[in-house]
Amino acid sequence: MKSQRDILVIDDEQVIDQAVVKICGSEGLSVDTSEDAAAALKLLERDQYRLILCDIMMPDLDGFGFLAALHRMQITTPVIMATGYSTVENAVKSLYCGAIDFMPKPFTADELLSVVHRGLAYGRLTEKGHSAGLAYVPCPSKYYRLGYTSWSAVEQEGSVLVGVSDLFLKTIEGIRSVELVSSDDEVVQGNSCAVFTSLNHLVHSVMCPISGRILEVNTAAASEPAAIEKDPYFQGWLYRIVPSELEYELQHLVPCSSDRV
Amino acid sequence: MFKKIGFKLTVAVGMTALVTISVFAYFNIRSDRRSLLAEMERHANQLSEVVKSSTEYDMLLNQRDRIHETIKRVGNRHDIKRIRVLNKSGEIIYSSDSTEIGKMVDKNAESCTKCHSADRPLERLEIKERMRIFQIHPDSSRMLGIINPIYNSRSCYESDCHVHSKDQLVLGVLDVTLPLSEVDKDIRRGQIEIIIFALSAILALSLIIGFFVTRWVDTPVKELLSATQHVAGGDLNYTIKEKREKLSDARMQLFQSDKLASLGRLAAGVAHEINNPLTGVLTYSSFLLKRTQDQPEIQEDLKVIVRETIRSREIVKSLLDFARQSVPKKSEADINEIANRALSVVESQLSLHHVKLVKTFSSDVPKVTVDANQLQQVFINLVVNASDAIGPEGGTITLSSTLLSLSPIGITQIKKAQCPKRHSLISADVRIDGKPSIRVKARSNGTEGFVYLDPMYGMKGHQHGISFDVKKGVQVMCPECSASLMVEHKPCPECSSPIFAFEVPSKGIVESCTRMECNWQHWEVVDASGQKEFVELKISDTGCGIAKDDLPKIFEPFYSTKGQKGNGLGLAVIWGIIDNHNGTIRVDSQVGAGTTFTIRIPVKP
Repeated sequence: MKSQRDILVIDDEQVIDQAVVKICGSEGLSVDTSEDAAAALKLLERDQYRLILCDIMMPDLDGFGFLAALHRMQITTPVIMATGYSTVENAVKSLYCGAIDFMPKPFTADELLSVVHRGLAYGRLTEKGHSAGLAYVPCPSKYYRLGYTSWSAVEQEGSVLVGVSDLFLKTIEGIRSVELVSSDDEVVQGNSCAVFTSLNHLVHSVMCPISGRILEVNTAAASEPAAIEKDPYFQGWLYRIVPSELEYELQHLVPCSSDRV
Repeated sequence: MFKKIGFKLTVAVGMTALVTISVFAYFNIRSDRRSLLAEMERHANQLSEVVKSSTEYDMLLNQRDRIHETIKRVGNRHDIKRIRVLNKSGEIIYSSDSTEIGKMVDKNAESCTKCHSADRPLERLEIKERMRIFQIHPDSSRMLGIINPIYNSRSCYESDCHVHSKDQLVLGVLDVTLPLSEVDKDIRRGQIEIIIFALSAILALSLIIGFFVTRWVDTPVKELLSATQHVAGGDLNYTIKEKREKLSDARMQLFQSDKLASLGRLAAGVAHEINNPLTGVLTYSSFLLKRTQDQPEIQEDLKVIVRETIRSREIVKSLLDFARQSVPKKSEADINEIANRALSVVESQLSLHHVKLVKTFSSDVPKVTVDANQLQQVFINLVVNASDAIGPEGGTITLSSTLLSLSPIGITQIKKAQCPKRHSLISADVRIDGKPSIRVKARSNGTEGFVYLDPMYGMKGHQHGISFDVKKGVQVMCPECSASLMVEHKPCPECSSPIFAFEVPSKGIVESCTRMECNWQHWEVVDASGQKEFVELKISDTGCGIAKDDLPKIFEPFYSTKGQKGNGLGLAVIWGIIDNHNGTIRVDSQVGAGTTFTIRIPVKP
């Protein structure tokens, strides 16, 4: 019988491993660390984890290789990628490859706790889904999603609607406030485009699924977060964007239709 | 001169023309000469046949007087040299020259050699062989002789005179000689004409080629050469008329893409390397901050660490954003507070350099929507620059902030401009006061040139690459597609000259007067919005100042006067940040007296 642990951190920088151990440990979570992906795979054979935090840029087996190995071993533990800003594009690709979320480095203790909190909730929610029906509403089939966080839908005029997924809202467990960027601003795929503060005072950044210029902000939704929670895929959209590299960026998004097979 | 490409090209083309035209002239002269001679031969042959047949009847009747008379008359024509009839033994029986009659002709004489050169006289002669061209003396004109043998026939030996017997085959020869002097004159005239034509054609061709080579090859090459020498001599601002656009376009692109590519690589490398240690600092410090909430004295210091680490993170990110040409993260902030924070970072450095700080912050400055981290970076950079300019002797740096309400004239920058066909008119190569100008093409009185308009609405810094007088008519058009920008039936309200207009996408039309001396401009959308509020921040120093020549260049990337000390990115990044905030940055400087940077950020973006 595999022993149940909370978090496995894989990073070649020991100082980061130790920081995660301390911060998450202070919240009562059990954390194991590994300085390379191959050793982490061995740990996964021995123990069961609720969440994996993994660096993308590592010597020998990198984040992508690790994801592929998990897939081969049929390990469904949710994986959160950590990476520097220089490789946001890689991070977006890792979401396409099966990671559920990513955390840009450097991060603060609060940012780490928010991501971990969501990751653990994600594990619970998706597990429940298998046994007793879906605990969340999946995104409409014509939408594309970035990880499980945000969705984008191409409109007829060529503009793109952007919003957050129901699963993301369920993982943050109740919105206290929403902070949106202003109209005419540029947003970049994989970078933060909105900040949601949850009822438990955690601050959650929303990664933008598509790069472009913001044409319109759904101010009604921002002032009334309940509207977002009620209908996240239609009335609760956040931005209308003029995309700058739609064709290219859609390649790295997951079509929601694939969730329904 | 002989080494010049233009000269070489002209000589090469001239030589080719010389050879071709000479060959052509040679064959032309030869065929001319042949056809003229052939004509003459035909004429001579005809004449000899005519003489023969006109005397035939008299021969049969043996009327010698009549024959004499006929030959004499015909032979005395000016275009006939001589006609004579010889008998078989070579005696001249009839001749247009009566003194010859009865004389014997030497069988070796030119008229006889055709038949008598062989041992036995020939009895039949081909028509070609009956002709001969000869000269009596080497200096006399040429003659054409034709011998026409008179054959025996039944009527001859059966006639009553019984002069000829039946067994004779050839009775004699009719010898006609024509002067060739006229024909020769024609031939010579033809030759001279063709030679004159050939020479003038070669000359004209060389001149034309020479002209165009000079114009299209030589002059531009010369300009380029002198430009190269200027640039090599360090004058990087040297411009070449006409070609300036394309050249500097290419240079700028090369420069930009090269620099940006290496900068991008550098930034990505630095970001990755620095991210891990920064993560260590940030996670531990923020964790410590969480754990020590009951110890306010530690909290303050920890907050500084966390805040500055987050700022480092943003700097790393903005370095990447610079490479990616990305945009700031804006939120409401107090400019005074940002400036104070910036000063607290560099304060110790300033006191070390004996720099006195004077702050005159106005308290009524409203909050503005800005990226506080980026602006803080801007202020720190400017203050450090000011401190560097002051040097070891010490001096004063003054920071002041005020709220300004300005009319849009002179403070609104036209950042986008397009022609009716949507070609951008913005020219980054010609900058006016550091900002990309608006380039239009003007045609007047047959000449064409570019006009660079001051991008600041209502300002007068236009640069005219062409000088013209509106009274002689002027056309302003798009430099790319030549679509006219002129506005019909709407003269300038100040000087009644014609006006032109261009579109600022999504911000209406800007109209402008064509007269060089008139600075009238009208931008409906901006004029209608009325006064605009700005927060102005001035950073002045009492340092060494910036030379007048350097002022327009200081916001260019990689321009640095600090030598090894600076990397030249500072002011270009600052300019980019302020520009991204829709703000302006201006520099005023006097060598020896000091420099002032004035930043204006719109209160409502």
